[in-house]
Amino acid sequence: MVDTSVDLCGIRLSNPVIPASGTFGYGYEFAELYDINMLGTFSFKGTTLQPRFGNPTPRIAECTAGMINSVGLQNPGVDKVISEELPRLSRFFNKKVMANVGGFSIEEYAECASRLDKCDIVGWLEINISCPNVHGGGMSFGTSPLAAAEVTRAVKKAVNKPVIIKLSPNVTDIAAIASACEGEGADGVSLINTLLGMRIDLKTKKPIIANRKGGFSGEAIFPIALRMVNDVYSAVKIPVVGIGGVASAENVIEMMLAGATAVEVGAANLVEPFACKNIIEALPLTMEKYNINSLSEIIGGANG
Amino acid sequence: MIQEKFIITENKPLNAKIMLMRLSGNAPDIRAGQFINIKIDGLFLRRPISVCDYDGNEITVIYKIVGVGTEKMSKMRVGSALDVLLPLGNGYDLSCSGDKPLLIGAGVGIPPLYYLAKRLIAQGKKVTALLGYHSGNDVFLRGEFWRAGARVLAVTSDGSLGLKGRVTDHMADIDYTHFYTCGPEGMLKGVYEKSVTSGQFSFEERMGCGFGACMGCSCKTITGYKRICKDGPVLFKEEILW
Ligand SMILES: Cc1cc2nc3c(=O)[nH]c(=O)nc-3n(C[C@H](O)[C@H](O)[C@H](O)COP(=O)(O)OP(=O)(O)OC[C@H]3O[C@@H](n4cnc5c(N)ncnc54)[C@H](O)[C@@H]3O)c2cc1C
Ligand SMILES: Cc1cc2nc3c(=O)[nH]c(=O)nc-3n(C[C@H](O)[C@H](O)[C@H](O)COP(=O)(O)O)c2cc1C
Ligand code: FES
Repeated sequence: MVDTSVDLCGIRLSNPVIPASGTFGYGYEFAELYDINMLGTFSFKGTTLQPRFGNPTPRIAECTAGMINSVGLQNPGVDKVISEELPRLSRFFNKKVMANVGGFSIEEYAECASRLDKCDIVGWLEINISCPNVHGGGMSFGTSPLAAAEVTRAVKKAVNKPVIIKLSPNVTDIAAIASACEGEGADGVSLINTLLGMRIDLKTKKPIIANRKGGFSGEAIFPIALRMVNDVYSAVKIPVVGIGGVASAENVIEMMLAGATAVEVGAANLVEPFACKNIIEALPLTMEKYNINSLSEIIGGANG
Repeated sequence: MIQEKFIITENKPLNAKIMLMRLSGNAPDIRAGQFINIKIDGLFLRRPISVCDYDGNEITVIYKIVGVGTEKMSKMRVGSALDVLLPLGNGYDLSCSGDKPLLIGAGVGIPPLYYLAKRLIAQGKKVTALLGYHSGNDVFLRGEFWRAGARVLAVTSDGSLGLKGRVTDHMADIDYTHFYTCGPEGMLKGVYEKSVTSGQFSFEERMGCGFGACMGCSCKTITGYKRICKDGPVLFKEEILW
């Protein structure tokens, strides 16, 4: 019997497969399809202090082996998530869930994270720092080591549960930002969020996405994500969660060899709703094929 | 929702741009106005298409060739398998049709109304179908509505067949208790303005998933935010913000 379990910031996962934030809602749609307790855990839809409708539509554009989204963090706000979504989730999900937090100011991140920190079902706080800083000229927190460090410090002060900072790939040196977060006590980092992208409709000669551009993700970004995971793994000691273009058990293993402790699956869930179930079921045989007995032993193996 | 492999049993042109595809397989119960999401080899996103007819284990869809996906669909061979998610969306509510429902469609908004017409007629309703086409050469499904027992009024922009103009130009002459509509957004808006009863509209939006997981298709309504793919595509007149 192969061992698929991993330890993520002190919590044991039966396997490293985690549906990524924004592609799994609060789990209900998928719970109708399969028992989502088979997942390592999942990261729920990015939650902000206030309710948000998000961006105008069209929010979705197709790309080769991927898609662009510009949902704009649509969510009912942290209080409704706590009073409605999480109690409903706890009826069919008996593991710890990853709470994904968005924000537009340092205070907002800290406040939102602190409220979610008090929920039993929440195991980790995943802080999405790709959001624009309203006090910083709209530049995303994730593009400056200083701002990323500031968010980390404020959130760490506000919560007790492990804090995973989710990094933006739209930067020149992602490892420097990861190190800045580690320096302020981050318990882990997850990467990558979506890459900024754009498509133009040849019929109208205008951008397809109402907001002109959006976040590119899906299989096409896998090599970029893998490289960034490896860069960050080489620079920090805290666990790295690998995200970006993962669609198969082979991809999961490759991400782990690059340095990921666990792996998030995003866009694949949208087009292949059984993607995570299929990956988890394929893991043991794929491990055997490559002579892997224990997944936790291969983390960062490519660097050895 | 289930994921199911269907076999293509027919894939034929109805006119220059419009194709009919028949799928055979294990179909769950489907309501009128619901849609299916089709996986196409080589393309990342699935393609949402409304159910035009359904009879237990056969599904008919009618689609217009508008881009790379529908182009690929048009070349699919009879006998090949298709990976489909279904049934998706809320579908039309038949319970408020009254005795004389009016079905208003244009272009590829017409197909979902065909299955709806059959259902309403089976309930003993007196269905009128007001169907809009560009010209007489584009007409499809008209005979099927008629054979199913509906009163059919075809409208063409150039007047080459049936009534001339837009479907909304002719609504005032019809006596109806409730309406159901699907078609281009401009037509839907026209129906919204001209209609004198309550009714139901089927909307389109670009979709990431088609089953409610990504928030890619949200719209604002009087009763709050709705996902076109899951809480729609059918919305009641009273909840639409225009
Ligand atoms: C609920 C619903 C039901 C539909 N029912 C039908 C039907 O019965 N018959 C029919 O002919 N068409 C229908 N459509 C429209 C159909 O989905 C699009 O024409 C089709 O996706 C175009 O794909 P393409 O690759 O050929 O075009 P492309 O323009 O190459 O597609 C690029 C991307 O844009 C999306 N897209 C393009 N046009 C539309 C559109 N109008 N609505 C939503 N997404 C779009 C595609 O899905 C794809 O992701 C329906 C759409 C929705 C949302
Ligand atoms: C529709 C959609 C919505 C997303 N929403 C969020 C979000 O709310 N918070 C977040 O941190 N990341 C969000 N993401 C980013 C994903 O979690 C993930 O980092 C990214 O898509 C890369 O993974 P993938 O290539 O497997 O999709 C979203 C992605 C998609 C496709
Ligand atoms: S398309 Fe994903 S929620 Fe509607």
